[in-house]
Amino acid sequence: MADTPAIELQHITKSFGSTRANHDISLSVYHGEILSILGENGSGKTTLMNMIAGIYFPDHGRILIDGEEAIIRSPRDAYRYRIGMVHQHFKLVDVFTAVENIILGDNEESPRFNLKTAAAKVREISDQYGFELDPFKKIYDMSVSEKQTVEIIKTLFRGADILILDEPTAVLTPQEAEKLFAVLRRMRDAGKSVVIITHKLHEVLSLSDRVSVLRKGEYIGTVKTSEADESLLTEMMVGKKVTLNITRTEPKDPRERLKVQNLNCYAIDGVQVLKNVSFTAMSGEILGIAGIAGSGQRELLEAIAGLQRVKDGEIYYIHPNSGKIEDLTEKTTLQIREMGVRLSFVPEDRIGMGLVGNMSITDNMLLRSYRSGRGFFLRRKQPQQLADDIVEQLEVVTPDTRTPVRRLSGGNVQKILVGREIASSPTVLMAAYPVRGLDINSSYLIYDLLNEQKENGVAVIFVGEDLDVLLELCDRILVISSGEITGCVDARGATKEEIGMMMTQGGGEKRA
Amino acid sequence: MHKSHVREPRVHLVKRDGLPWWKAWLIRIVAVVLALIVCGIITLLVTGKNPISVYATMVDGCFGTARRTWNLFQNLAILLCISLAVTPAFRMRFWNTGAEGQVLMGCLATAACMILLGGRLSQGALFAVMIVTSIVTSAIWAVIPAIFRAKWNTNETLFTLMMNYIAIQIVSYFTYVWSVPKGSGQIGLINSATQAGWMPSIGGHDYLINIIIVAVLTVVIYIYLRNTKHGYEISVVGESQSTARYIGISVPKVIIRTLLLSGAICGIAGLLIVSGTDHTLTRSMVGGRGFTAIMVSWMAKFNPMSMVLTSFIIVFLQKGASEISTIYGLNSSFSDILTGIIIFFIIGCEFFINYRIRINAKGEKE
Repeated sequence: MADTPAIELQHITKSFGSTRANHDISLSVYHGEILSILGENGSGKTTLMNMIAGIYFPDHGRILIDGEEAIIRSPRDAYRYRIGMVHQHFKLVDVFTAVENIILGDNEESPRFNLKTAAAKVREISDQYGFELDPFKKIYDMSVSEKQTVEIIKTLFRGADILILDEPTAVLTPQEAEKLFAVLRRMRDAGKSVVIITHKLHEVLSLSDRVSVLRKGEYIGTVKTSEADESLLTEMMVGKKVTLNITRTEPKDPRERLKVQNLNCYAIDGVQVLKNVSFTAMSGEILGIAGIAGSGQRELLEAIAGLQRVKDGEIYYIHPNSGKIEDLTEKTTLQIREMGVRLSFVPEDRIGMGLVGNMSITDNMLLRSYRSGRGFFLRRKQPQQLADDIVEQLEVVTPDTRTPVRRLSGGNVQKILVGREIASSPTVLMAAYPVRGLDINSSYLIYDLLNEQKENGVAVIFVGEDLDVLLELCDRILVISSGEITGCVDARGATKEEIGMMMTQGGGEKRA
Repeated sequence: MHKSHVREPRVHLVKRDGLPWWKAWLIRIVAVVLALIVCGIITLLVTGKNPISVYATMVDGCFGTARRTWNLFQNLAILLCISLAVTPAFRMRFWNTGAEGQVLMGCLATAACMILLGGRLSQGALFAVMIVTSIVTSAIWAVIPAIFRAKWNTNETLFTLMMNYIAIQIVSYFTYVWSVPKGSGQIGLINSATQAGWMPSIGGHDYLINIIIVAVLTVVIYIYLRNTKHGYEISVVGESQSTARYIGISVPKVIIRTLLLSGAICGIAGLLIVSGTDHTLTRSMVGGRGFTAIMVSWMAKFNPMSMVLTSFIIVFLQKGASEISTIYGLNSSFSDILTGIIIFFIIGCEFFINYRIRINAKGEKE
């Protein structure tokens, strides 16, 4: 291809308050290539790409498009330079059809909508690159991967030659991801520039031509994918050598701890979110739950924790020492605690459910214990002690325990939440996406903590999204699809493809 | 490079994070100074007077005589009391705009006791009845919207606002029923001969007891919000209802309990207004302070101790501005204009505490 880069970034710097998100970054994207921007969460990948897409404006530095300086002040400016970005959180109007969403805001040439010609153009684009999309389907009827397709076609419809995708596979099954990759390769072959933001190494290696690595807002370097391997890229990302191994011990003396039978739950809007769910969690093992995001994982854990109304079905807890069976169905969180059931829950929504962002670390420890002790007044002494212990033992990076947790990075927030939940020495520990958004070191620390709990005889329930991790960490894996359990496999023998198949079974009519 | 066609944005906003407290206060002080300068210029243009003497007039209006000073502190106490009432609800993100009506209902209850029971009970028993009825009446008035919000998730802002008008109409009705002489629609001083149900003066100072009661209340609310289990639950519900559910707090229970407290304090404010200050009942006796209190509470970031300062600022400005319009023979709208300008600056400066403005000077590259 031509030697002039499609995009050239020169010394880009961007700060938010006192945090420097990007510092002096220079890199290039060429025509007809797929470039990966690799880095841990918080390394500044998205910020950098948002500057190309017109969401932010750089504090310093220049952006050159085809060799000429470009000033991109808004996403509309970006389209003028033929740049389109697909954000991690889709920006679609739910009650509109695909084609309505695609032409929304695109009134450059004619102020009137012409849905028919637009739909024809959408079909043409779909055929050219191998998308499958019904232009007249409403967004709320679509699966996540269809919504993503709409977003991609939207950028192409507006003539984008440079396509930026932010963590495109985070919400996809392995099969869907493969399909997406095929499309992206076809785009590259048609001469377009594709940039994908990611932190998954195997994606980088299988898809991209070159990879640029960021770390803590700094540009580390660019390598050709053909000359790279996992350990090199990890080292570039983290800054030091890391061993990526999860130790898995055999479960010791597994006994039934939690039994769920024929559980049915409905959301407030009347949609059934759990259908006849039955399973058993054993002490001393990690039970993984795999599934596409939003398949009922959240509702399942919340139903067990007493936060979700149960239509019918039973949840039983078996006391570890006495063997006494308690019925947890329809009990509130408080009632469950008062029954002496030590159930800990690390919710998906850390700040917003598990923790209070504006409160200090100490006051967040109080959440679980503020009721203890008689009388009207709070006692902050023990929580203060606990906060100090967690900060020290889990190496939380914070100025002090009075700092509001929202000021901490994702990894440190999670250490505090998991630390607090483990501190009450649970017998059941439920964790929903506990490593989402965490850097590699913090992720492995969390895996170690979960393993430690397992070895202490805790029944651990782990809802995860990365199938590689699930297969390495868990003892058994339960697969959930559209609120139904579609399989339960031994993690020691199962394959990713096998689980991926089960993830899309059930509720058949929705995703063929 | 041919740069003629490219234009960088001249200004852009940068969010600040963790501004040191002294810098934030410096910005606020600068805002007040700027506001006073603008007010001075406007006064100069309208009246032709020297701005310095205008400010001297303001200070004189507030502290010129012992009576004025007592008056100022009396007004401060009442405003602070109502602000304390709205604060627990606000910390819970329950936007109670009904303090005006809640206080007025407390006024009505107090006046009713004084009119109907004055002379029939001993002074002590009368006070006991007054305190209980004013607190209970206001608490009931406040808890009605709270129950609707807790059970059916109605909008509390509209609900509480509408209840103000009902309260005003109820008071209008009773001012007619109890009016002296009958049918005049005016009550006049209640029990002016016997002073039954009038707050006693301490050491010859009529308002001292009001001020002491509010001072104690400020400390109590401060401790309640900071160091009690209830206060902690209020904060959690305010920050995130799903966290509250997650740890097993019953959100409806906390909402109702907190609004009972809010209403009770409004009742005390009503008691202080009728029994401790005005000794009468009119439909306009709360005088918008139920709304001003919202601003006092907001500007103090819902901290009762800071509210002493913010309510002082508001009362000082109102007194000073009204003195200016009296002295220079302007009508009361002029003092409203001045107060408006000052409050605009005080609220506006919060923007500069949260954001920094960067101006891209030409050639300011690396």
